[in-house]
Amino acid sequence: MRNEIRFLLGHEMRSLRSVDPTMTVLDYLRQDERLVGTKEGCNEGDCGACTVVLARLVDGGLRYEAVNACIQFVGTLDGCQLLTVEHLVGEDGSLHPVQQAMVDCHGSQCGFCTPGFVMSLFALTRHSETVPDDGVIDDVFAGNLCRCTGYAPIVRAAGQAYELKPRQDHIAAREAETIAALGRLADTETVAVGDGERRFFAPATADALAELFEANPEATIVAGSTDVGLWVTKEMRRLDTVIYLGRIAELARIEEGADGIEIGAGINYTEAMATLARHYPDMGEVIRRLGSVQIRNAGTIGGNVANGSPIGDSPPLLIAAGAMLHLRRGDARRSMPIEDFFLDYGKQDRAPGEFVEKIVVPYPAGGTRFRAYKIAKRFDQDISAVLAAFQLWLDGDEIKEARVAFGGMAATPKRAPAVEARLAGSPWNEDTVQAAMAALEQDFTPITDWRASADYRLRVSQNLLMRCYVETTDATQDTRLVGDRSLAHV
Amino acid sequence: MSDTIIGAVREPRRHDSGHKHVSGQAVYIDDLPEPVGLLHVYLGISTEAHARVTRIDLDPVRAAEGVALVLAAADIPGENDISPTHRHDEPVFATDLVEYAGQPIFAVAARTRDLARRAARLAIVEYEPLEPVLSVEAAKKTGKMVTEPLVLSRGDAAAALQQADRRLSGRMEIGGQDHFYLEGQIAMALPGEDDEVTVISSTQHPTEIQRMVAHVLGAPANAVTVEVRRMGGAFGGKETQGNLFAVVAAMVAKKTGRAAKARPDRDDDMIITGKRHDFLVDYDVGFDDDGRIDAVEMTFAARCGWSSDLSGPVTDRSLFHADNCYFYPNVRLTSEPLKTNTVSNTAFRGFGGPQGMLGGERLIEEIAFATGKDPLEIRKRNLYGGGDRSLTPYHQPVEDNIALEIIEQLEESSGYWRRREEIGAYNRESRVLKRGIALTPVKFGISFTATQYNQAGALVHVYTDGSIHLNHGGTEMGQGLYTKVAQVVAEEFQVDIDRVKITSTTTGKVPNTSATAASSGSDMNGMAAQAAARAIKERLIDFAAENWGVPREQILFLPGRVRVGNQEVAFSELTLKAYNARVQLSSTGFYKTPKIHWDRDTGRGRPFYYFAYGAACTEATVDVLSGEYRFDRVDILHDVGNSLNPALDMGQIEGGFVQGMGWLTMEELWWDEKGALRTHAPSTYKIPACGDRPRVFNVEILQNGQNREDTIYRSKAVGEPPLMLGISALHAISDAVASVADHRICPRLDPPATPERVLMTVERLRAASREGAS
Repeated sequence: MRNEIRFLLGHEMRSLRSVDPTMTVLDYLRQDERLVGTKEGCNEGDCGACTVVLARLVDGGLRYEAVNACIQFVGTLDGCQLLTVEHLVGEDGSLHPVQQAMVDCHGSQCGFCTPGFVMSLFALTRHSETVPDDGVIDDVFAGNLCRCTGYAPIVRAAGQAYELKPRQDHIAAREAETIAALGRLADTETVAVGDGERRFFAPATADALAELFEANPEATIVAGSTDVGLWVTKEMRRLDTVIYLGRIAELARIEEGADGIEIGAGINYTEAMATLARHYPDMGEVIRRLGSVQIRNAGTIGGNVANGSPIGDSPPLLIAAGAMLHLRRGDARRSMPIEDFFLDYGKQDRAPGEFVEKIVVPYPAGGTRFRAYKIAKRFDQDISAVLAAFQLWLDGDEIKEARVAFGGMAATPKRAPAVEARLAGSPWNEDTVQAAMAALEQDFTPITDWRASADYRLRVSQNLLMRCYVETTDATQDTRLVGDRSLAHV
Repeated sequence: MSDTIIGAVREPRRHDSGHKHVSGQAVYIDDLPEPVGLLHVYLGISTEAHARVTRIDLDPVRAAEGVALVLAAADIPGENDISPTHRHDEPVFATDLVEYAGQPIFAVAARTRDLARRAARLAIVEYEPLEPVLSVEAAKKTGKMVTEPLVLSRGDAAAALQQADRRLSGRMEIGGQDHFYLEGQIAMALPGEDDEVTVISSTQHPTEIQRMVAHVLGAPANAVTVEVRRMGGAFGGKETQGNLFAVVAAMVAKKTGRAAKARPDRDDDMIITGKRHDFLVDYDVGFDDDGRIDAVEMTFAARCGWSSDLSGPVTDRSLFHADNCYFYPNVRLTSEPLKTNTVSNTAFRGFGGPQGMLGGERLIEEIAFATGKDPLEIRKRNLYGGGDRSLTPYHQPVEDNIALEIIEQLEESSGYWRRREEIGAYNRESRVLKRGIALTPVKFGISFTATQYNQAGALVHVYTDGSIHLNHGGTEMGQGLYTKVAQVVAEEFQVDIDRVKITSTTTGKVPNTSATAASSGSDMNGMAAQAAARAIKERLIDFAAENWGVPREQILFLPGRVRVGNQEVAFSELTLKAYNARVQLSSTGFYKTPKIHWDRDTGRGRPFYYFAYGAACTEATVDVLSGEYRFDRVDILHDVGNSLNPALDMGQIEGGFVQGMGWLTMEELWWDEKGALRTHAPSTYKIPACGDRPRVFNVEILQNGQNREDTIYRSKAVGEPPLMLGISALHAISDAVASVADHRICPRLDPPATPERVLMTVERLRAASREGAS
């Protein structure tokens, strides 16, 4: 056990022993460190005004990740370097190239969102050596809202920043020093800090996690805290025991195993995306639109499944792909088809002390068509009104089998048995599609809320079947407004 | 010696705080160091939209950890009212009646913000629910208004409608909009001696905050000083909506003798404060077979919410802009500022004008479909012209009309007609994606319609070292006003702009100011600062003439120096010499907009000093299976007169367009059946993100623009007008949707055109088209 968390704030070491387990990084920065450049805009990880960058030691190098300080807990900083907008300024007070570019391109008006954009852009420069195309820049800034500029000058600033050699900055100059310092912090001790009775644990191995959770089944497990963070900031829930997964290397993996893609519970969306997209391009496309860079750098597929939200985007994808869920409690393990995990609204088939260990997604068989569509008011960083995922096994023109799953249509992510039955064994033609569209009404009775009306949810879900049909049968038709339009014809 | 100064007018100078914004050094109110003992204030709000309050028990709040003070209506030392129009209809705290879900009932001050927030939840409030009036339609039935309606009329609309060749009528629903300033509402109050208090407030209207704080404290205005350096966005949402937080912080400060800060979280901010008005527009239009309008009757019914706030002038302005750029030979326009049990709607960039303009543009669209002509033809056919086609519905002639010039330039540069053809060809082949295009103009009247607000003051000091201190009544919310006014002062004295110190707006330096609103900030404060600078300059010239014994006309301000006869002296040398000779180097400046007058009772006058113009051409692609859409290309040509700062103006145009586009497309406010707002954070209320900006975005400022009126360096106001360029985005979607019925049926696509609205409109048109065919 180690009873302190240790991290670099800029280039200064910090060790904290007494830590409120749910104090956010944002409150820590603004209140304890008086680093007030990082702003609170929404306190729910949506506006990006609080964006900071974490540098993590990965394979002997540093990986830089933009995250939302407002929903990250301070304990999750253990072993990282935390960089804020203040740290980008040189010791002589000179602006960083990304900062200078934002000034030169008139990228700030009111200035309140600006530190967040600066940090997102700084993180981009660590990931991309040259200026990426506009689509990538849109993704980079999807988690930063600006109400003044209309974004055009900020996008111009991104291009301009690359003219100013942003990768040759004072932070890069001290990278070896940072790597050495973080190297000295790395250990396999379980971190246990707290504030009186309230505790924050960060085990470093899956066994330590299993043991801890079995002993503290009332604890809240946190991976990216992109959902749990809001329980604290919005609902003011008091969490007395928090167990953080982020230090467990064996859970933070995605591997192409013999039976399929094995997604560890601790791997974030960003890291999982490329592997999934290689086998299921539309999974990649949905994940690209899920949350934002900041959210995907923290949030996990494991958490998305474990929380069982009816509007989580990954469950319908995984259900349609026929994934298996693996749970662990102590040394006991069990697995199930992932759709069986979701029992009812807010209720999953998970025992106290039991946690999601991994999800295994089978590789798509030959002749299958996999399509997934996310419907929301806004393309980027929006919670889905409907998420539809289709997998069809085609034998010539005939559908041998269909797996169809929807999010946002019921109290849980759910398959559409009537649609599946109508498709299976039928020819893949417009009549079948029309019949399947009609059958959807037997599968779902959606609700009306602020994201969409029941009528729209039903109608658009039916129409997405048609979109899937057009895409898989007529290569001449444009069907996609965003993302990689060529995907439609895979 | 340099031949030019840095930061002259017309220079595309960067925002004065740009380097501080990007480095986290720009200080917003929540960033200020907190005085020892500062109390955090949080509001307790109503959960009911309309109810009698039968019991309020605040003892559990008082007993909560860290709580220093709880305030309710009975604790208010002065008047329990913050109505900005003095109608006494906006209590700070509700007493026996709550009129919207979110209405403040009490405030709690505690040691930390977290403790205050937790304590606020402990109140026991019991209600006896009353029937709430939530929608515009329900409010129309009650007929209850928050203020007097306005009628504008000219000619005999009723008779002309009867006689028109063709006539059609309809109804349009227009959604509201949350400001979504990134920095939420906030105020920090510092108690002073006797009755004094200083309030640092995120406000567009420091004088209003001063007045309200004084009113609620029962103190004279001279006891209250209000200061603001910058806001993290405002857009009209901080014209009156900061009052509540300022008065509450001030009361806590005065009662406890401790500093107090009130900052709601994002959710409470959105639930408690007012938004852009949603409207129901009923229209009746008569026209001929060529699509030329004969007569218009329109009623603009607005959901004003539970109190009047600024709803009177907002709904007035919707009428002032219902004509947009078009001449209505016979017209009758009526406003209905309706009372509802929802948040009290308020100022928002455009101030009712955009809703009026949307109504006018709907008429154009209807006529285009009815006559089978392109909407752009109908627009051009109905523009204000010379002679007998120049009079607005409020009897002000349009004298500076450049709408046709702008439309024709844009029509050409955007390739409107060629693209119209290409889009038609694409749509014939494409089953899922359909494209559409629209070119819409904007004419926006500049001046406050309340004539008394059209005045401004400034204060300029020149120090003996030649450095200059600038202050004026305008506030900085990101638009770059401080930069523009500093450019004016630098230009007057011919010094580099970094010699001009920009200082926080404060009621202690420039009194009785107007809100920084109605796009008037640089027009008015620029003129006031220029007047102050010129007064000092005159004294310097007098002094130099006497000191060096040269005629006044031989004294010339050159960059960084002054030519006096045959010699040149540094500006700083002149100022020091002038000081030694006991010349006053400080001056106030004052400006009032000339020519304007307005008689609301007769609906006649000249409410606007001049008009600003622009036009946008937007192309959209719509997915007719899902209702999703994307803006492929936008071309804008906008008139800013002779720009004070083209870079800042460009920022207003680009940003305004995207904000207007957001309002009309994805931004949807959603109340549940009990009247609770359920879209109260960015997770549920979606403003445009980076990826929503048009794929191609060509924005041009009209070359050789001039203001025919004598404004500051002949520039034009730019804050609000570009927002209405976003109307083209709605019409482009509508055009794409119309293609599913072969452009034979007017889609009547009402904003916000969310994907749901768009899909439902597609389905409606398809059904109607099938019926028509069978």
